[in-house]
Order: sequence, then structure tokens, then C-alpha cells
Amino acid sequence: MHLLKQIFLCCALSLILSLLPSVYAVPATGLPLTLSAEESVALCSSRVRDRDLLINNWSTTTNAAQVQLLQAIADGELYCKRSDQSLWLKNADGSFNALTSNATLTNGKGLRCVGSSNKQRQLIATIVAARALYSEEVSARRAAAAALLQAGATMPSTDTLQALMQHEDDGQVYQDLRTAWALTLAQNPSLGRQELLQAVEILKDKGTPQCLHALEQLGQSSDEILSDAAQQAAGWVQFYLRCATFGENLFFGLSLGSVLVLAAIGLAITFGVMGVINMAHGELIMVGAYCVWCLQQLLPGQPGLALILAIPTAFVVSGTLGMLIERTVIRSLYGRPLETLLATFGVSLILQQAVRTIFSPLNRAVQTPAFMQGQLQISENLSVTLSRVIIILFCALTFTLILIIMNKTRLGLEVRALAQNRPIARALGVRAGRIDALTFGLGSGVAGMAGVALSQITNVGPNLGQNYIVDTFMVVVFGGVGNLWGTLTGGLIMGLISKFLEPVTGAMLSKIVILIALILFIQKRPRGLFPQRGRAAEA
Amino acid sequence: MHSAKHVTAPVKPELTLEVSSPIFNRSTCYVVELLALLTIGSTIGALCGLISIYAVTLMGKYLCYALAALSLDLIWGRLGILSLGHCAYFALGGYMLGMYLTLQIGTQGVYGSNLPDFMIFLNWDHLPWYWQGSHYLLPSLVLSLLVPAALAFIFGFTTFRSRVGGVYLSIITQALTYALMLMFFLNELGFGGNNGLTDFKTLAGMDITADGTRIFLFALTAICLLLAFLLLRALNCTRLGRLLTAVRDSESRVRFIGYRTEHVKLAIFTLAAALAGLAGALYVPQVGIINPGEFSPLNSIELVICVALGGRDRLYGAIIGSLVLNLVKTIFTAWWPEGWLYVLGALFVIITLFLPHGLAGLPQQLKWHRSNTIKEAA
Repeated sequence: MHLLKQIFLCCALSLILSLLPSVYAVPATGLPLTLSAEESVALCSSRVRDRDLLINNWSTTTNAAQVQLLQAIADGELYCKRSDQSLWLKNADGSFNALTSNATLTNGKGLRCVGSSNKQRQLIATIVAARALYSEEVSARRAAAAALLQAGATMPSTDTLQALMQHEDDGQVYQDLRTAWALTLAQNPSLGRQELLQAVEILKDKGTPQCLHALEQLGQSSDEILSDAAQQAAGWVQFYLRCATFGENLFFGLSLGSVLVLAAIGLAITFGVMGVINMAHGELIMVGAYCVWCLQQLLPGQPGLALILAIPTAFVVSGTLGMLIERTVIRSLYGRPLETLLATFGVSLILQQAVRTIFSPLNRAVQTPAFMQGQLQISENLSVTLSRVIIILFCALTFTLILIIMNKTRLGLEVRALAQNRPIARALGVRAGRIDALTFGLGSGVAGMAGVALSQITNVGPNLGQNYIVDTFMVVVFGGVGNLWGTLTGGLIMGLISKFLEPVTGAMLSKIVILIALILFIQKRPRGLFPQRGRAAEA
Repeated sequence: MHSAKHVTAPVKPELTLEVSSPIFNRSTCYVVELLALLTIGSTIGALCGLISIYAVTLMGKYLCYALAALSLDLIWGRLGILSLGHCAYFALGGYMLGMYLTLQIGTQGVYGSNLPDFMIFLNWDHLPWYWQGSHYLLPSLVLSLLVPAALAFIFGFTTFRSRVGGVYLSIITQALTYALMLMFFLNELGFGGNNGLTDFKTLAGMDITADGTRIFLFALTAICLLLAFLLLRALNCTRLGRLLTAVRDSESRVRFIGYRTEHVKLAIFTLAAALAGLAGALYVPQVGIINPGEFSPLNSIELVICVALGGRDRLYGAIIGSLVLNLVKTIFTAWWPEGWLYVLGALFVIITLFLPHGLAGLPQQLKWHRSNTIKEAA
């Protein structure tokens, strides 16, 4: 008998113990919650307003179960049975669990959803968010602390924040809590001077526009020392913000300029060596961009690999196309630059229309690979997109490569010799025909690579070439064709100027201003910043 | 034998103009007669109902382009300045007359007020100052000549003085027309924004859509073309004409002799711009709309190919070239729209490679080719 009793007790205990984890493991099954009678009535009422008092009472709760119930109300997952006024929570699979017992229902017959108003939902959201500050996990606390600093967030009281700060050991959460605490202090001008000065210090260190606003408000206080300190701090924060905007514009301008440089290098090389302006250059850029799209179609699911493979592919495809153009069209028009201009324009029209026929007149979607997504946070107010950083690095690398080719290799030597004095170079054994073709191929290949870079920041379509060709010409005209550094300088300056003008004049007008400024610039320096020198560069 | 492909092309006989000949030499007579025949025939035919009004308007449009091409030939064929932005002056002249036509709509517009529709749309309450000269026809016509000429003067004054030439000049003319296109697309400029000026009702009291008006405009365009052609022929026969040829062929030499070549270039550039403005002014009432797309660089380059196709050594080459090209364009955009750009691109390549003197120079080129082949065979 004694043994049977023991066995029975063990079984019962183990049953109870096995049930306990399930009570906590399966969410919303029999929450350990005790509801008073008024609370139950309020919850079961069909009038939404009746729950206002309940929610207000629970607004400062730290009870996880109560917060969970509130969340269920906001999500519309709390149901009330009409017959016995019992409360049920809906599961993901459509079954219902009773709130205060272990009963389950398979369907919702006889159940009415407990509704909530917009205001109640907002309040519940802030309660849940505030509750997250007490959560065990660091990531939840971080998210909650960061959310406190969003515009329009409801702040907990100063004392709550102070209590939280004292128990906080994670650095990031502590900083956010501190800023939130300072913001709440700043809202309360009746506090003592010491505390407000402390708040000013904290806000100055943080330096976001929100802090600036609070500081400006403090700067209007009647206390002279306080208002002076606040105004000074506000001045500092404004300076930081302006620096951040400047940094952002600088960065954007550099990335735009570096793409222009890449696009213009090919043109500058061919113009410097052969004296021909290739109007089909824009279309070669477009072909490079389409290479990216084609490879991404061939390698679905691997946009990063496709992009990296596209770089040599675009170089080869555009380079071959360029050499073809040179062999057929440009060679026969040697010595007639204006006709070459027209003939290459014809080629550009044919290429454009060919792309429209083969692919489609609509823009094609090129995916950004994972390693290029995301942002780099440099300072509090300044963040740069990763894709642009990579593009700047890519352009710098390509420019360095071309510089090495032009200055350190045999091909570069012959190209430079032909550019400086063609007849003598040919007399010394440089094969002009071959070098012309290779130069054109190199220039066109670089254009293809510029297209690969462009595919990440702009729409890829048949009109891509036409959109960038005028800017490319301007870079060549501005920088001059005597020197690769001229193209670099010209491109970067143009990118920077257009980016810095944009906030002042708007995007369209900045383009117009630049074009007109360039037309005026060319009156002063008809051959650009770095013109070709030597006897061969005649009028 | 050193068959270098990069030696300058074998010497072909220079197809220069005979500048000391009288104005009415054989080719000019042919052209004048043909044009006159075409005009009179079409006018009578349209008045009798034999030729559709659509065809008459189309021919009028062609003749406007021919006039613009003639003005481009003046600076390219005679002076050697390849302007890739010549349609900017064409479009400006068109806008000047377009402003007059817009004000003539008066209260018949959509909003029923004396202000143009788009200004009411933008919530403006009075005409800007630059619209004040467009209330009457004659000042508007004068403006459509003067405004392009003024722009050309300002642009040319600085450009030619700095001796910008060749490819750089072509690129910045293209940049200028591109900048103008962007400017006129802005709504705030007060020229209708991206919709342009349209919905015209009357021209000098005549209903713009009436048959009679269209025939009259066609005849007027033809007469203007003829007069411009004769004017330029006369110009060629003067000393100035010889100077133009000299500047084209060797500018530095002419400068060293003592002529102020920049003055010559500036004067002719301005004249060409004024002629293009006139062409634009005649174009707008016939087409019924002017929008910023007319400033597009592609339009200017089509004009260039007109001149190249016809032959830029001869003045009448521009007329022939533009008529042929526009005819081909109309046919292709009706039958095979996607093919038009292929044809245009191929035309560029073929003309520059194989027809450097254009259609007008084709007979002489064939003759030379035949005589050359015979010489080689001998």
C-alpha cells in the first residue's frame, strides 16, 4: 500500500511538473494571471471605452503576464465567450486557450473578439515598449531604449529612467537611457539648475536634431547661466550637424564624381591619342550595365557573384565592341574628327535601338548583392551607404590600374608616344594601327566597367548612355585630355559641385548651372584644366 | 608600296563652289524652278481639293526643316563650324511665335481667362515681363528673329574670341542646347513647362486649323525658303562669300593676312541663328505645338544629317537632304517605327564613310570614281 501511494505520488508530481513547463512553454495557455471581478467585466464588455481604466491602471505594470494580455488585446487575439464571460486567447492555428484555466476550444463559436480603439492600441504599444526595457535579453532592451529616442515616443518618468540606469550594465542601453533621461529633464524647466546643466551636457554630447530642439527650448529659460549654457551647447550641436551634412554631401559628391571619372577615362584616352570623340561611349557604358543584368539572369540567386563576374565580362564585351567600331568606322575616317563624331553618333543610335529590340525598351532591374547593402555609421549623424563606398573603392582601383598600364607598360608607352607625336612614333616603329585598336579597346572596356558600377546606382535601360554622355563630355572638356589626372580632377570636382549645389538650387537647376558655368569656363581655358602639351597639339 | 591606311585619303577634286559666278547659275536656276513649281502646283492642287490638306501641312513642315537645314549649311558647309545645337535657335524662334499664338487664344482657353492656361494652373495672376512683347504679330515675328540671334551673338562672341573650335565647339553647342532643354522643362520658367505651348486658335485673325490658313502658311514657308536661298546665294557671290570659304579652309592663314575671322564667324553665326528662328516661327503654326523636346540634341543632330545627306558643299544640298530625310522618316515611322533609328544610324555611318559630299555631290563623285578606275586600268 505504501509503495502504491509512493508510485501514485511520483506520477502525480511528474505529471504536474511536466505540465508546468508546458504552461510556460506554450504561450498564451493558462497565463498565471488573476483577474479581479471588475477587470473581467471590463475585458468582456462590448464597449471599447470600458477598458480605458483597466489599461491605464496597468500602464506602469511590470507584470509580464499583464503585458502579454495587453498585447493580445492590441493584436485582436483576446476573445470573450458570451455565455459565461470567460476569456480566451487565440492561437496561431485557430484554436483557443482559456485565459485562466487549461481548457481549449477548437473553433470560435460563441466567442466575440475583444475590441480596442486606436488610442488604446497606441497606449498598449508604449506600455509594451516600456516593459521591454525590463526584459532579460540585451537585444530587446537595446531596441526598446533606441525606440525611446524616436520622435513622438512616450517617455517613462524621470525616476523610472534613473532606476533603470542604475541597474543597467550594457553600455549602449545605458547611453540611450541617459539621453532619454536628459530629454525628460529638459522638458521640466522647474527643476534645479544643477540638474538642468547636467542635462545640457548630456544633450550636447549626443548631438542629434532632437537634442538640438530640446537645447533650444532650454535656451529660452529665464535663468541666465542656464540659458547661456544651453545656447552655447545648441551652437555646438548645430555645428556638428552642419559638419555631418557637409560630410554627407562630400561623400555623395565623391561617389558621383568617381563614377564620372571612370566613364570619362575611356573617352579621354581615345580623344588624347586619336583625336576622335566617340559619341557611342554612352552606349558602351550601357552595354556594360546590361552585362550585369544578363549575368544576374544566368546566375539566379547569386547577385554578388554575378556582379563580380560582370566586371571582366563587361570589360571584354565593351572592349570588343569598341575595337569593332574602331576597325570598321573610325579607321576609315582618319583625319576627319567631325565626321567621326557623326559616324559614331550613328553607331550609338544603332546600338541603342539594338538593345531596345533585343532586351526591351523598359528598364531592367539589377539586384544589389548582400555585401553592398547596409550602411556604415561614421558618427552620430553621419551614415554612408555601403554600396557607394564600394563604388568609390572600385573606381579608385580601376584608375590606379589604368595609371599603371599607361605609365609602366609597353602598351602605355606606345600609346603616350602616339599621342605626343604620331609621325615620329610611327617612324620609330610603333605600329599605329594596332595601338589605335588596343587604345580604343581599352577605353571602351573601361566604359563597360563604369557601366557595371553605374548599374548599382541608377536604372539600367536603353537611355542610360544618353543620360550620362553629356556629363562625360563635360568632364573631358573640363579636365583636358593631356593627363589622366586631369580627368580625375575634373570628374571629382564636377561630382562635388553638382552635389553641393543641389540643396541650394535643386537638382535640375544645378545641372543647368554647371553646364553654363562650363561653357563659360571653356572660354577662359579652351583646352581644359590639363591640356595636351607639345608641338603635336596644334590649334 | 607602303599602303598605310593612315595617310590622308587620296586627293579627290575639291568640289568647291564657283564663287565668282553669277547668282543664277545652272543649279540655282534648277532649284528655284523646281521649288516654284512645287509651291504653285501644290497650292493650286490644294485649293482645288486634289491634294489633301494633310499633305500640304506635311510639306510645309518639311520646308521649315529645309530652311533650318539651309541655315546650318551656312555655318557648316561654308564656315566649317559643326554646331550640334542648332535646333536651339529653331525652337527659340518657335517659342517666340508660340507665345503670340498662346495670347491669341484669349478667353477661348480651358480656363476662359486672358492668361494662358498653364499660368492659371500655376496660380500666377499676371503676365511676366517677357510675355509683354507678344501681344501683336509683328513684334513677335521680330522677336523670333532677334532672340535666337541674340543668344547666338552672346554665345559666339565669347566662344569665337577664345578660338574654341573643332570638336570642343561641337560639344559645347550640344551642351548649350541640352541646358536649354532642361531649362524649358522647368515649369517656373513661364513657358509652359513640359507641356509646352499648344491649343492655338487663331493667327492674325485667321482660324489656325482652317484649310485656307494652312495653304497660306505652306506657300509662305516656300516663299521664305526661296528668298533665303537666293539671299545666301547672293552672299556667296560677294567678297564675304569668298572670305567664308577661306576661313573654312585655313583660318589661321586668313587671320595672319589681317582679317578678323572671329567677326566674320560671329556675323554669319548670328545670321544663321536668325534664319533658324524664322524657320521655327513658320513651323509652330503649322504643327500647332511647341514643347521643350524641340531643344533635344537629337533634333539638332537630325538637322546635321540632313545637311550631310544632301551635301554640305552646296546650299541646295541642304534642301534636298532635309526633304529626302524627312520623307524617309515619315515613311519609316509609319511602316516600321522601331526601324527608324536603325535607318538613321546607318545613314550616319554610310554618309560619312561613302558619301562625304552627299547626294548633291554624288554625280561628280561617280564621275571621278569612273575616271579614276579607268586611269588605274590604263
